[in-house]
Amino acid sequence: MISRREMVRNQERRIMELGRKVKLMQGNQAIVEGAFYAGARFYAGYPITPSSEIAEESAKRMPLLGGIYMQMEDEIASMAAIIGASLAGAKSFTATSGPGFSLMQENLGLAVMGEVPCVVINVQRSGPSTGLATKPAQSDVMQIRWGRHGDQSIIALCPASVSECFTLTVTAFNFAEKFRVPVILASDEVVGHMRENITIPSPGELEVAERKKPTGEPAAYKPFIADEDGVAPLASYGSDYVFHVSSSMHGPDGYSNNNPANAAWRVAQLHKKIEMHREEIIITKTFDTEDADILFIAFGATTRASRAAALELRKQGIRAGVLQLMTIWPFADKKIASLGERAKTVVVPEMNYSGQVAGEVQRILGAGADIRKVNSYNGEIITPQDILKAIL
Amino acid sequence: MSHATGLQYLKKGVLPHMWCSGCGVGVMLGALVRSFEELGYERKDTVVVTGIGCTGKTDDYLVTNALHTTHGRALAYATGIKAFNPKLHVVVLMGDGDSVTIGGNHFLHAARRNMDLTAIIINNFNFGMTGGQFSGTTPADAITQTSIYGNAERQLDISALAGLAGANYVARGTPYHVWELKTNIKEALSKKGFSVVEIYSPCPTHFGKNNKMKEATAMLQWLKESGLPVEKYNSLEKSARKGFFAVGKLVDREEPDFNTRYEEIRRRAMNLKV
Repeated sequence: MISRREMVRNQERRIMELGRKVKLMQGNQAIVEGAFYAGARFYAGYPITPSSEIAEESAKRMPLLGGIYMQMEDEIASMAAIIGASLAGAKSFTATSGPGFSLMQENLGLAVMGEVPCVVINVQRSGPSTGLATKPAQSDVMQIRWGRHGDQSIIALCPASVSECFTLTVTAFNFAEKFRVPVILASDEVVGHMRENITIPSPGELEVAERKKPTGEPAAYKPFIADEDGVAPLASYGSDYVFHVSSSMHGPDGYSNNNPANAAWRVAQLHKKIEMHREEIIITKTFDTEDADILFIAFGATTRASRAAALELRKQGIRAGVLQLMTIWPFADKKIASLGERAKTVVVPEMNYSGQVAGEVQRILGAGADIRKVNSYNGEIITPQDILKAIL
Repeated sequence: MSHATGLQYLKKGVLPHMWCSGCGVGVMLGALVRSFEELGYERKDTVVVTGIGCTGKTDDYLVTNALHTTHGRALAYATGIKAFNPKLHVVVLMGDGDSVTIGGNHFLHAARRNMDLTAIIINNFNFGMTGGQFSGTTPADAITQTSIYGNAERQLDISALAGLAGANYVARGTPYHVWELKTNIKEALSKKGFSVVEIYSPCPTHFGKNNKMKEATAMLQWLKESGLPVEKYNSLEKSARKGFFAVGKLVDREEPDFNTRYEEIRRRAMNLKV
């Protein structure tokens, strides 16, 4: 009868053997692979279409990795449980879609206020409300930014391929650990359910970040006094560093504090922490944008269609290029401003009615800029033909 | 023989505490920290999880690890903490609002899973912090800020609910029966699985004032007269029980807790793969 430690080691060895192999994989599955690669060992969630595969894959693999899968009674409890586990030392995550993401908002706010690292995956689906449960949308962009009461900044990443489902999940965990924040991985039903070949990186090939731990005298530890990088070290419950986290406005020691100067300091710190690292956090990809007259700004499921449309335009002698937003929040203001200067027309295809990203682009480029919106809000994916029809 | 004081777990410089004269929360906190000391708990291995309300403010007075959470969700946060690090002593302090009104669903499932947590619940029959509105445990016809003509709803029995949902340990106490309270708290803390200590508490400022028990001692008097030891209460005919409640240990089971069960399942999974 082999020991539990040996069992876990066997499994980890098997995972390392898997590295650098090409596998046909579903987007949702790649998210789980990415999470495990990043060291996630606690999942708490509630099944919801089109994210349930993430729960199922996590449930199957977590026991074998020495981690814990919990199926909580609702998404409110799921968000709570991953915060608790994170403070006990786990890299933790959950996955959901629109209705569940709405339920998670209050506790997401606690993760922001308490500076608790964790990853929340929203595989976006068509709303409003229960909507078209099995159909895609990209209509939670603004909810991801503003869904919590109170003024907060947030980091959100958007994968556009199965490979990015893996790598951006690893990045999400890294940002969570580095900046002590919850990170939203805003996928969508198309990307979540499609299957592509991906090459799983070997251990050590991608950066895996760990949260800073306190050093020094345990009695002196204060969980909310930031280092020069804007981030305070985070202990784990059970270590020598006893600490206090609260949803209430609190001082550097985590205890309730209603002093106005303290509140101003805390609120500002939570924003500045992300602001200071915009360069690192904002990830974009460009395709043929150096001389583009027509600039497509795409994210997630619309990226591929935009690239196809741009290539088609090039064939017709029109200089088109694509800016892919892999980070959706904070918004890529600088990148868009600089590319938008050159382009005569900016096209923003997105699967929502209001043009949630187009609105941000208009804000950056000004009222006079020529911005064409291409919107789908019927659960159908935007095709290259849809895009070309809208602009030619 | 010197008695435990529990001072090592209390934050210095924060007294006098915020609770009203006659409130039971302070008595509970005293019993809790003395229990910690008598059981030899270390601060670093202890996590107190609180919610929102008068009872939810207890974490400000403690120097154990603590997590002060959103309303009604303390048990869900505590579940994540305990599941990932079973070595921690995780104690959840809630009022009747936090635990079974807004928190009802999480209470049910924490008991169903038999999470190895100790839930200590101050039941003062109303929402105290927000000014005395009725809660899930306000008796029918009671007067509160949102039932000034009398409560149209019925009260939930927290202890009965805990037992029914599968808790391994349930006890009811009061600030009047303070010595037994500490005994029950220690039993609850030591018990593996979901343990509940429900504490009927005065709330002279709101519930008491609204229901002809305005004086701090009036509700304590009511607890003294109406609280019967379990055996005595059980020996009464059902019809004679009206107006009384049982005080002491109500449920004591040895069902496996969630972590034990998850490890069983993990071994099963690994045996399949290996």
